[in-house]
Amino acid sequence: MQRVVIIGAGQAGCSAAFALRKRGFDGEIILLGEETDPPYQRPPLSKAYLLGDMERARLYLKPPGAYTDAGIDLRTGCDAIAIDAQQMRVDTAQGPLTADAIILATGSKPIRLPEAVTGGLAGIHYVRDLADIDAIRTAIPDCKNAVIIGGGYIGLEAAAVTTKIGLNATVVEMAPRILQRVASRETSDAMRALHAHHGVTILENVGLALFLGDGSVKSAVLADGTELPCDLAIVGVGIRPDIALAQAAGLRIENGIWTDARGQTSAPGIWAVGDCASFPHTGAPLRLESVPHAIDHAETVAANVLGARTDYTARPWFWSDQFDVKLQIAGLNTGYDQVVTRPGGKPWSRSHWYFAAGRLVAVDALNAPRDYMSGKRWIEAGQTPDRKRLADPAADLKTLV
Amino acid sequence: MKITWTLQDGRTHTAEVANGTNMMEAAVANDITGVVGECGGSLSCATCHVYVADDWVGKTGEPEDFEDAMLDATEAERKDNSRLSCQIVADDSLDGLHLIVPAL
Ligand SMILES: Cc1cc2nc3c(=O)[nH]c(=O)nc-3n(C[C@H](O)[C@H](O)[C@H](O)COP(=O)(O)OP(=O)(O)OC[C@H]3O[C@@H](n4cnc5c(N)ncnc54)[C@H](O)[C@@H]3O)c2cc1C
Ligand code: FES
Repeated sequence: MQRVVIIGAGQAGCSAAFALRKRGFDGEIILLGEETDPPYQRPPLSKAYLLGDMERARLYLKPPGAYTDAGIDLRTGCDAIAIDAQQMRVDTAQGPLTADAIILATGSKPIRLPEAVTGGLAGIHYVRDLADIDAIRTAIPDCKNAVIIGGGYIGLEAAAVTTKIGLNATVVEMAPRILQRVASRETSDAMRALHAHHGVTILENVGLALFLGDGSVKSAVLADGTELPCDLAIVGVGIRPDIALAQAAGLRIENGIWTDARGQTSAPGIWAVGDCASFPHTGAPLRLESVPHAIDHAETVAANVLGARTDYTARPWFWSDQFDVKLQIAGLNTGYDQVVTRPGGKPWSRSHWYFAAGRLVAVDALNAPRDYMSGKRWIEAGQTPDRKRLADPAADLKTLV
Repeated sequence: MKITWTLQDGRTHTAEVANGTNMMEAAVANDITGVVGECGGSLSCATCHVYVADDWVGKTGEPEDFEDAMLDATEAERKDNSRLSCQIVADDSLDGLHLIVPAL
């Protein structure tokens, strides 16, 4: 194998490039990124960086010299335009490249609101790329009323940050409760209380009808007719895996770019990692949208590109920072039928434990790092703690399994 | 300042680190296997767990409450000199610091 071309210079693409080198690959590694910045971390975009608490250079995953030092040919501002799966060729903005292996690491794109809703107005922002956040930060000093569409993690983090900066923030959630898609009622309730305490208005069970304004947004009209003043709109209504290139190349798509357990797509020699990939997980296809997955998946798949035959085992976990609460989540709560609450001793601190048919499958820990760390290890080891004692904050976690 | 890691295979790696950088960032920049830094230093993951060499323990300070709680259930065994390296920030007083990466 002489040349690996990686499409997408985000978390997964960057991890794959360095993992190939670390495993002794001495051929050419070309890392193509359509953005102009070198690979960077996204989590701070809706947290410390949006708040203005973190310098831009700190976001970068590797220092500038690291790519040259490792012999990785990072080409920023260079999109891959098409893939020819038979010829193993990638067409780029700078010309065609042949490859012995291609790794797709194209990530995801935010779901955009239709023009009929946005009216093409300025002042309506998404939260995905550095450029999106820079635009929000530039706008903030002239804004008073932020309306955030979508009460998922990204929307709630944006509400927390804009509130801290001094804007009036309102979250509009179409579902009956915030975080409905990802968390239990218990966790939604706790996060709602936290936001209310800090002055965020949360509207649930009501959708956005449209934005009004002249040139730039002035108000948001909701489905029930309410009109909210709005000079900063932030839309966080979910993401879709970026499958455009793979689909055009004729690769199998199944809720993302389909891969086998080793990360290979339906075309031999073409692999997919990170947000864009859908892989088998305990029998069903799964896609994960998180940094830890992007890193772990890239490492396993890089090894497989070089001939290892390792199945990927996901160890899902996630975190979110909102006001003075750190939420840490381990496992996947799919199919849960019971939630056990373990109260904590500190402000806002508590944890919610998800059980499916009596087995521990996930935990949401709010300002409860011990609960998170223990829960993560139990879930990965397939252990289930005693539920009664779990609910008793006096019971020592170390004695529960 | 200079920092030295004892790696998982027993070899050492020494690097120059700019003041203000935390020890997880420094490890990632130097591709130190075993220090991952999944949460980017936001005290959420504990994948930056290291042991501080005995002669440096006093100088790196004590973990804060949240860090202390995270360390209580780390993958590698917690020891008296365990720290989350994203919480140790380079400055001149730490010149020569020696960290040990937990073996698997
Ligand atoms: C605001 C925000 C907050 C988040 N917070 C958290 C968090 O707290 N914890 C957590 O675990 N995860 C968080 N995530 C999710 C996490 O950042 C992603 O799961 C992770 O970045 C996925 O990595 P990736 O490499 O698969 O995709 P990405 O990081 O999206 O990288 C894909 C890259 O590929 C490029 N690309 C796409 N198509 C092409 C092409 N044709 N040619 C060249 N380049 C191309 C894109 O421009 C992009 O730069 C957050 C995400 C966002 C946006
Ligand atoms: S990098 Fe995650 S806790 Fe240090």
